[in-house]
Amino acid sequence: MSRRIEAGLSVVALGTWVALCGPAAAFTAYVTNEKGNSVSVIDTTTMAVTATWKVGRRPRGVTLSKDGKELFVCASDDDRIDVLDTSSGKVVRSLRSGPDPEQFILDASGNPLYVANEDDSQVTIIDIEKNKVLAEVPVGVEPEGMGLSPDGKILVNTSETTNMAHFIDTKTFQVIDNVLVDARPRFAEFTADGKFLWVSAEVGGTVSVIDVAQRRVIKKITFKIPSVNDEAIQPVGIRITRDGTKAFVALGPANRVAVIDAKTYAVEKYLPVGQRVWQLAFTPDQKQLFTTNGTSNDVSVIDVASEKVIKSIPVGLLPWGVAIAPN
Amino acid sequence: MHHPAAEIRVRRPARRRWLRAGLALLALMPPAAWAQQPAPGPIDTPIGLIYRPQPAPSSYDAEAAPEDEGLAGARMGIADNNTTGRFTKQTYTLDDVALTGDKPDPVAAARELVGKGIRYLVLALPADAVLAVSDAVKDTGAVVLNAGAPDDRLRGADCRANVFHILPSRAMLTDALAQYLTVMRWRKIFLIVGPTDGDKAYADAVRNSARKFALKITAEKPWTFGPLAKARGDTPTRAEAMVFTRGLDYDMAIVADEEGDWGDYVPYRTVDPRPVGGTQALTPTTWSPVLETWGAAQAQNRFRRLAGRLMRPLDYQAWAAVRTVGEAVTAKKTNDPAAIAPFLSEPEFTLPAYKGVPLSFRPWDHQLRQAIIVVQPKALVSVAPEQGFLHQRTPLDTLGVDLPETTCKFK
Repeated sequence: MSRRIEAGLSVVALGTWVALCGPAAAFTAYVTNEKGNSVSVIDTTTMAVTATWKVGRRPRGVTLSKDGKELFVCASDDDRIDVLDTSSGKVVRSLRSGPDPEQFILDASGNPLYVANEDDSQVTIIDIEKNKVLAEVPVGVEPEGMGLSPDGKILVNTSETTNMAHFIDTKTFQVIDNVLVDARPRFAEFTADGKFLWVSAEVGGTVSVIDVAQRRVIKKITFKIPSVNDEAIQPVGIRITRDGTKAFVALGPANRVAVIDAKTYAVEKYLPVGQRVWQLAFTPDQKQLFTTNGTSNDVSVIDVASEKVIKSIPVGLLPWGVAIAPN
Repeated sequence: MHHPAAEIRVRRPARRRWLRAGLALLALMPPAAWAQQPAPGPIDTPIGLIYRPQPAPSSYDAEAAPEDEGLAGARMGIADNNTTGRFTKQTYTLDDVALTGDKPDPVAAARELVGKGIRYLVLALPADAVLAVSDAVKDTGAVVLNAGAPDDRLRGADCRANVFHILPSRAMLTDALAQYLTVMRWRKIFLIVGPTDGDKAYADAVRNSARKFALKITAEKPWTFGPLAKARGDTPTRAEAMVFTRGLDYDMAIVADEEGDWGDYVPYRTVDPRPVGGTQALTPTTWSPVLETWGAAQAQNRFRRLAGRLMRPLDYQAWAAVRTVGEAVTAKKTNDPAAIAPFLSEPEFTLPAYKGVPLSFRPWDHQLRQAIIVVQPKALVSVAPEQGFLHQRTPLDTLGVDLPETTCKFK
């Protein structure tokens, strides 16, 4: 706890200097442990776990409030979202998420929260200040991936069994279009310019790149790794650099993260990480990428510039999601 | 009995709204709307299910087959198809026929369904009924989805071009178990064979799998002690059954008891302490309540909410059959069986079905390629194909009859 206070003080003292400066910038990564019912807190500079916090059952999706003071965790089996105070590590309140929340994304303004209810074929939109459900949007079977356009106007949800990316208008909360992708879409990520949407298909083994204006798949990225069965290549998490040059895709039981030229869509490299890699998160300076490796119960840290795995950090049981705070 | 989607799931206001819309659509559509394609308008695809409900157990049975075994799985498949269908303007309905005392004939039931315009028939029936139905509807263009008969002959000498096999063949099941034995280096098998034709066919499959994976059947005996697993007071016969396993050299006993009459009697009662597998104990199968990976937990929960009980293998198989139709109709944007049937055996068709890998049909015998779970009643033990079993096409083809060995010739 004192570590958190220290970190807070240093932020106050050093202001934005910390965020702008060199590799020493200290961030905090939060990893949900699906079977551990906990969150592992990692100092990104020392790359060590500094605390483990108890949360509700089957924690999966994780994200932070805009100011980094609150951590939101989907407690899927408790049908709620736990809100933790990042300075104390305590659950301070819970949000009415609807049944089985799996993934969510926070509006760019900091409110509302868009939640995929995996067991219930709907997206729930919650005002996090009033803890009030603003809307429930029916979507396909087993909704999971949640992406938000940079202008905040379009929310995309992927449904794993319906195999679609549902485009939802964030003003009217209506589904405005649906794009079929390959089997079991798990994750949706917009490019920073908002022009393209990348959707991974875990069972299909592909990443579809969708032209957002035309709502049409313009490219399907496939993967081939020598000595790995095609069936083991199961794309899940996607992260694209802000400058739009590089994309990283977690390949599940292939135990690799693919590095892709985000302009040409050529797969350039496969980085070996821990086992069954699912979710990814950049540090706010985009110098590091953290991966959750469910089967090996650890997190791999990738140096983005050199495209090398620099560290593996043991966390709790079955790490699922990761979010990184700017402080 | 007609079960429109509306009877299946009503829980939230949001859902009811679209169901009302769906019903309105159904009401507007002529019964033969399925044939009108590829119209840009809505497509309604009725799917038939023919099944034979298990007779009620005579007295207390902790795991008696529920009356709606298979049916509940098909209903979930319809519900899932309709959830997707909301976005593709497709609706699916289930027309299920239970074969009972006054309506025992599967062929008559199939003809009636086809007469109503239904072109997709899911069968949870034995092999002879599958053959009779597929031959009877051959000229109607109807597609038969076999969700209940594991017989290898249906994929071999008795194969039919209009039949697609959703559940694995016995050869696939016993290959899965044999791969696990190979991994464990349990090379010596004591095979115990029950009295039914199914038991004998299962034993044949075990022998073939043993040959294929270089395991050895060091002992084999028929089971002659009756349905001891279902008997209550068993003391008189118990000693006899134990003696029956004496003096044998084996690593694992494999029981062939498809009816579940005695297989569960064998574990912990063998003279030598040995593991037991096959149709009971350590079992290769399509589904188990203990499966939770690859999204299976969601399917388990969805099923439990829908049916009020745990999902059984036959439910999963019926679900996968209905989802097969849904996936293909969504992809081809038509429900014309003349377009769907050939598409099913193309590599472009894949079915995500909670097995961690896409499932597809083998073009040479219309068998659905699939990973097979090896489970004990309380835990997942392994998944076949096991690591290291390689195949030039896909490791899934290390299970069951491969292209060079097939005896299937579609006419």
